[in-house]
Amino acid sequence: MSRIVKWVRAHLVVLAGVLALAYLVLPNLVVLAFSFNKPNGKFNYEWNEFSTDAWTDPCGVADMCGSLSLSLQIAVLATIGATVLGTMVAFALARYRFRGRGGATGLIFLPMAMPEVVMAASLGTLFLNMRIPFGFTTILIAHVMFCLSFVVTAVKARVMSMDPRLEQAAQDLYATPVQTFLKVTLPLAAPGIAAGALLSFALSFDDFIITQFNSGPTTVTFPMFVWGASQRGIPVQVNVIGTAMFLAAVVLTVVGQWVGNRRKAQA
Amino acid sequence: MTEQLREAATAGGDVRLTGIGKTYGAFTAVQPLDLTVPQGSFFALLGASGCGKTTTLRMIAGLEEPTSGTVLIGGQDVTALPPYKRPVNTVFQSYALFPHLDIFENVAFGLRRRGKKDVKKQVEEMLELVELGPYARRKPHQLSGGQQQRVAVARALINHPQVLLLDEPLGALDLKLRRQMQLELKRIQTEVGITFVHVTHDQEEAMTMADTIAVMNGGRVEQLGAPADLYENPGSTFVANFLGQSNLIPAEVTGSADGSLLLSAGGARLAMPKARCATEASSVYLGVRPEKITIAGADSEVAEGRNRITGTVVDSSFIGVSTQYVVRAETGQELAVFEQNMDRDTRLTPGAPVVLHWNPAHSFGLDAAQAIDAGTGEAAA
Repeated sequence: MSRIVKWVRAHLVVLAGVLALAYLVLPNLVVLAFSFNKPNGKFNYEWNEFSTDAWTDPCGVADMCGSLSLSLQIAVLATIGATVLGTMVAFALARYRFRGRGGATGLIFLPMAMPEVVMAASLGTLFLNMRIPFGFTTILIAHVMFCLSFVVTAVKARVMSMDPRLEQAAQDLYATPVQTFLKVTLPLAAPGIAAGALLSFALSFDDFIITQFNSGPTTVTFPMFVWGASQRGIPVQVNVIGTAMFLAAVVLTVVGQWVGNRRKAQA
Repeated sequence: MTEQLREAATAGGDVRLTGIGKTYGAFTAVQPLDLTVPQGSFFALLGASGCGKTTTLRMIAGLEEPTSGTVLIGGQDVTALPPYKRPVNTVFQSYALFPHLDIFENVAFGLRRRGKKDVKKQVEEMLELVELGPYARRKPHQLSGGQQQRVAVARALINHPQVLLLDEPLGALDLKLRRQMQLELKRIQTEVGITFVHVTHDQEEAMTMADTIAVMNGGRVEQLGAPADLYENPGSTFVANFLGQSNLIPAEVTGSADGSLLLSAGGARLAMPKARCATEASSVYLGVRPEKITIAGADSEVAEGRNRITGTVVDSSFIGVSTQYVVRAETGQELAVFEQNMDRDTRLTPGAPVVLHWNPAHSFGLDAAQAIDAGTGEAAA
């Protein structure tokens, strides 16, 4: 009896970890399983028959791959825009005292705190009044805006924790301001910038509400396509794309960890 | 490596500060001061935190812009030059090693910035000098505090600066390692002959390493001199209390004879050489270091011509090499006495009546217009 208690005590943390992991991953595994289903009828909710049809012909559904490509384009551009702009804003807020600094900090935080639907509707109204035609540009502007807050928050936290003496040391060792920025400041801030960029990409790729309010008739992003399809029955190919994204993220994380560990072991 | 560093040293490393001062709004960090650090010397700026010593150092490095005055290094006016154009390098407090670069790249940083191509040989020689050859490919956080400190020194010295600035470089180390690094730094300085300017709040550290010490207080240089000179002839109560420990006894000058001042303190008649009194005032503090005083039972004979004060032992603590007594003197003060443990007098327990005596030549005189407890750490800042 006591041996069982001992075993449980020794493995409780592992057990909790496995349970939490299962909670997180199980939905993804269901998506994976149903990507191999051959549904009986329009709805892919009940297991019918194993098939690799969807995997061999992922673009077999009309307009789906077009919407996927649009989503990826917007996500990449929004990530670049938000990361560059957000990094500069973060440095300004973390390093300099200026008029309106407090106000700017609060405003940057606002998009994260505000209900998305409110922001979506007001942005839509703004574009309408400014007579900017809805489409690729308006989606991109909206995405850069809400990604910005996350980049600023991530980079600012990193910059604040950086020892200012490191930059002084660089200057003391003959580095010009530009060299100091490139050789010391930027590499040190890189983890924060990377975190902000990854977050931006994920947020932009799966945003629905804001996109819905600011897109044009021909610009249907992947989440919008899935929403539209769900009214009529979601094609199995959506599960294929979902699974592919999930696996890509897992591979990226594992490779990242592995490279990090190798670097540590080398050093 | 040592040869090349020596060459750099003879290129002229005088640091001359003229009227240099720094104010932040209404707060004066450094009052305009003049200071000359001769080439090749080990110079210490000593003072409590907030006395302006680090600000002074940073103005030499160019990391702080002086409000007034000029900085000359080896005869060249560098006041307007940014830090990356000055022929000085700094060893920062807690080292400021670049965490994303390995030890080799940390040390090579300065050479690479100046466009040196072939850095491998120089860096390896430098790491050899600080005995860190096998650690070239480690990251800073994988090294111990003492090793990181040596990397910081190597990273600065490899650039052959005319002046090396050290900002409390040993503050983060434990006592034993600190002693070891003090000797190590002194050895390197003697070997390469570069001018070292060293900022510290540790008076023992300053006295161990420096040829010349400038004691700073409240943004001013209070006194400047060789360690032994400062210790034996402090010019102010601050220096007397900050450098080691002093007994200061308020006294009135009653006359003079044979180059000696005659003093009266409470009931006691005391004397000191006129030359060792830093003031002309009639109200003075007579100072004497605790280790110069002999303590004996009240009935002991005291030789003629020695300063003599009676009192009662308040406290005694045995600390191995010596015993430290606190004695309430007849003049009213509590005096500290350090007695070597050669023949311990077991009767000298708290409450015992004693007589204190010392050679009048070991006394020094200070103006009594100053705060008696300046620099003790108990004085209001």
